[in-house]
Amino acid sequence: MSVSPSHDSQVEVVPELHDWGEVAGEEIPPGLGPYRLAWRRLKRNKVALAFGGLFLVIVILCVLAPVYANDIAHTGPNDEHVDTALNQFGLPIGPTWHAHFFLGADNVGRDVAVRLLYGGRTSLQIGAEATLITIIFATLLGIVAGYFRGPLDGLISRAFELIWAYPVYLLGIALGVVLAISGLDLGLFKLSGNSLQIPAIIIGFIYIPYVGKAVRGQVLGLREREFIDAARQQGLGHTRIMFGEILPNVASTILVFIPLIMANAILTEAGLSFLGAGVRPPNASWGTMIGDGIGLLPAAVHTMLVPGIMLVLCVLGINVFGDGVRDALDPRAKIRIEH
Amino acid sequence: MGRFVVRRGLSMIGVLFAISILTFLIFTAIPDPALRLAGRFPTPATIAHINHQWGFDRPVFIRYVLVMKLIFTGQIISYTQQLNVVHQIWIDLPVTASLAIGAGVIWLSMGILFGVLSAWRAGHWLDRALTVLSLVGVSMPVFFLGAVLSYYLGDKWGILPAGDYVSFATSPWQWFEHLILPWFALSVLFIGVYSRVLRSTILDTINDDYVRTAKAKGLTERQVMVRHVLRNSLIPIVSLFGLDFAAVIGGGAILTETVFNLHGVGQYAAQSVEALDIPPVLVITMFGAFMVVLIGAIVDILYAVLDPRIRL
Repeated sequence: MSVSPSHDSQVEVVPELHDWGEVAGEEIPPGLGPYRLAWRRLKRNKVALAFGGLFLVIVILCVLAPVYANDIAHTGPNDEHVDTALNQFGLPIGPTWHAHFFLGADNVGRDVAVRLLYGGRTSLQIGAEATLITIIFATLLGIVAGYFRGPLDGLISRAFELIWAYPVYLLGIALGVVLAISGLDLGLFKLSGNSLQIPAIIIGFIYIPYVGKAVRGQVLGLREREFIDAARQQGLGHTRIMFGEILPNVASTILVFIPLIMANAILTEAGLSFLGAGVRPPNASWGTMIGDGIGLLPAAVHTMLVPGIMLVLCVLGINVFGDGVRDALDPRAKIRIEH
Repeated sequence: MGRFVVRRGLSMIGVLFAISILTFLIFTAIPDPALRLAGRFPTPATIAHINHQWGFDRPVFIRYVLVMKLIFTGQIISYTQQLNVVHQIWIDLPVTASLAIGAGVIWLSMGILFGVLSAWRAGHWLDRALTVLSLVGVSMPVFFLGAVLSYYLGDKWGILPAGDYVSFATSPWQWFEHLILPWFALSVLFIGVYSRVLRSTILDTINDDYVRTAKAKGLTERQVMVRHVLRNSLIPIVSLFGLDFAAVIGGGAILTETVFNLHGVGQYAAQSVEALDIPPVLVITMFGAFMVVLIGAIVDILYAVLDPRIRL
């Protein structure tokens, strides 16, 4: 909502093209495009690259989850080993540092390491899908609203403000709980209540205004510029102008939002799953694993710590790398997001 | 000022109306609500009774009007526990307010402190350390941090009580002691965000002409920082704080309240959603949106005080 004008301006910082070279003390070879320039800066930011690498390693490990499960641990994510994984008091064993139960077991004797990797697949998949949904719809709606203005803009902006005014987790659990029961019928394809796509769609939907408002604000400024007049004079249609002329100019903003939304989507998934409104059992995700671990607390601390630390490392990797990307693309912009 | 109040009032009504409809529509997607309320072995008679009692057999918009009427006369009753919702929120509000006010003080002061230190020593090791710290804070899920804190500091080492709530009237010291961990856990994320926003706005302002003038006329670094740079850089922080604080008061700190077992508005909302209890969810979302709009208006008035160029 238009609660506070300067809050909007926080998000709607326009990275002007001609500012890109003006970073203090940097020699710019002539003829280098903005993205090549940004890549040069990013390559020099070793911390950002290291954390980007950390995230990449986590992604690769999670993608290889079936390999680990079949060839190393020899157990699936939902296989219960009550006989070998629980001690004489019926409590799960801690990390063994062997191939079997490398990181211990949970209360029904499932291998925590295997579940950690499969849970990571779920969390990362939901995070990526949610980010994709947010970015696509926010870009489309933001550009259309900012370009056409008028009643269409009014409608889209009001919708953004409505979702913005709704507390994130309240909207998330309300949608999560209801859709888990009713499923989702999108006409073309139907989703059952325990589908992994449902949390992804909910989270993607919630974050649309955060990006959409920023894109819209930037387009409002761009549409008054000379090159748009020139395009119009040449007789280009609205679609060509919006996606051929304006989209490339908001691309760097959108690029900066991708890691930001991805990090927040993964955290939101974890929060919703912890509250029981995200990923449905027996599917593992880092959020459900932490939630289960908290339930087992005095007895088996590792069931909470292992997925929690993994989640923090993964999100930290995305955030530090995203920070580096933002600095590289536009050292002056201050785009942020809140929970 | 008069026009401002009228305009804000109208937009508030619009937002509340839209929020209530959206919430209501979300819950109409549940098939057979009566079956879910009728207990484990429902008879057709009970179901018919429930249908009639809650208006499930009536069209959606009539049901909406019925519920809204109950809300605004303060007679709305929850499906599952049959308790007055407004009364229940009134009971839970001190818990949430205690959480929000204490955490708000911590995250605002620490956020400003870290942001100023980080901008003041930009590029030095202190700035780097604070940047890493704030990124860790932003990457930390509040319920995980809360669970770790309450397990280690609370249950295992017994340094502080692990959550639960003791009312201020019972014992101010106990109230304080029990809230330290929730305050801290909730603040971490915001400290990270605020210090980074403040750092970048300060670094933007620091090159402005009026700052150079202030330095040129011989003010000390401290005077320039506090009176000139900080006063201007705090404007975005004030608006962020308004929104975040309003969200927490309005039940937004669901995860913190759940993990520390604080029976506040957020936990009430979460439990009601899980039980598919629509009335509390409706009232709490409207209450939360009301808070966001109200505090947003207060922030705008504060702006005009901070910055004479802004007119309402």
